[in-house]
Amino acid sequence: MRATPNLLHRYANPGQFLRLSRVLLPWLTAGALLFLGAGVAWGLFFAPADWQQGETVRIMYVHVPMAWLASSCYLGLAVCSVLSLVWRHPLADLAAIEIGPVGACAAALCLVTGSLWGEPMWGTWWVWDARLTSVLVLFFLYLGHIALIRAFDEPARGQKAAAVLALAGAVDLPIIKFSVQWWNTLHQPDSITLTGAPTMSLTMLWPLLLTTLGFTLGVAAVIFTRLSAAIHESRTRQLLARSRLDRTDTHAA
Amino acid sequence: MKRKTRRLWMVIACVACIGSAAGLTLRAFSSNIVFFMAPSQLKAHPPAADRTVRLGGMVVAGSLHRETHNGEPVNAFQITDGQAAIEVHFTGILPDLFREGQSVVALGSLQRDGDFTASEVLAKHDETYMPKEVADELKRTGKWDPRFGKAPDASSWDTMTAKKPASDTQSLKTGG
Repeated sequence: MRATPNLLHRYANPGQFLRLSRVLLPWLTAGALLFLGAGVAWGLFFAPADWQQGETVRIMYVHVPMAWLASSCYLGLAVCSVLSLVWRHPLADLAAIEIGPVGACAAALCLVTGSLWGEPMWGTWWVWDARLTSVLVLFFLYLGHIALIRAFDEPARGQKAAAVLALAGAVDLPIIKFSVQWWNTLHQPDSITLTGAPTMSLTMLWPLLLTTLGFTLGVAAVIFTRLSAAIHESRTRQLLARSRLDRTDTHAA
Repeated sequence: MKRKTRRLWMVIACVACIGSAAGLTLRAFSSNIVFFMAPSQLKAHPPAADRTVRLGGMVVAGSLHRETHNGEPVNAFQITDGQAAIEVHFTGILPDLFREGQSVVALGSLQRDGDFTASEVLAKHDETYMPKEVADELKRTGKWDPRFGKAPDASSWDTMTAKKPASDTQSLKTGG
């Protein structure tokens, strides 16, 4: 992401981040509402039903963005872990704390919507095929990370342990991505690929891209908000601790 | 700075080790990770009798027979992968997406006579998403018969739907 440490320190400094976040947040929020509104309206009311799935196909407009976000958030978590382990950057640790629950929600929604689609289409809520299982593992990795990063009295120890877990768990990301190509699965292969033309009607592809963009901006806005709040909270704590220290100093004197 | 570089290399080395360990493990277990076996695989390496396996493939056009015995639907159909076909017997309700030409996965065991008795049948959906009007048009013009396999390449019918999003955006604009 940020190649040189100099650049890293300039932009990943908490004060810079707060200024950046103050500028970006209104745009992210407005973009999310706009694209999500348009995408959801188009997907739910105007896009055609599939010739064999019928109206059930509309679950895709939530399911696919959630799958994408569950993976992207985890990638963000892994990047934060590298920044934290190698460069010991405090902002990366705070970001890891804040990204975890958001990614876990995306993974959970991905699993739930997939299950709701699978029952009428496949004829089962759940199967242990490679795609479904690897996404369930991703969900558990998120839960483990959330628990571990808060498990120690000394926050730095929890952050280090959680960073190692997140980094080790990153092997699950290529497994999720390529599971439908490496092994035969019940889950269908990707309809949208980088190399080939999409195997999806354009009338369904456009609303899907809109909801994906909308959810992505929305999740970015949520993470920026959470991270700003976390920075303010840690600053408040420091100030409180310092004033307490000052008071004891004056008492001692 | 030097310590940071060392930490970076250590992280890279650890990730590479974990990655290759995971890769080798998945490779070793890859026969267990596959969700189903194709008819030709099952015929080439028949599993031990009464062992439960999953058989996957396309339902052969014209092979489906449905009957009702004592109020229970009894289905017989063939599953093929293009190289071999296996006759499947299944008592129960088939999923909505089940049809001739659809990919399905059947859980059950191979009998001595070479037929497959399934206790559960799942329909597999492929990566094609097509509006009903387009499917009807392709069927009407004879460009595609769903009973004989996958839909033609999307680039051949995308233009048929290209008119649709234009009208959709318009209705969106006028509606909102």
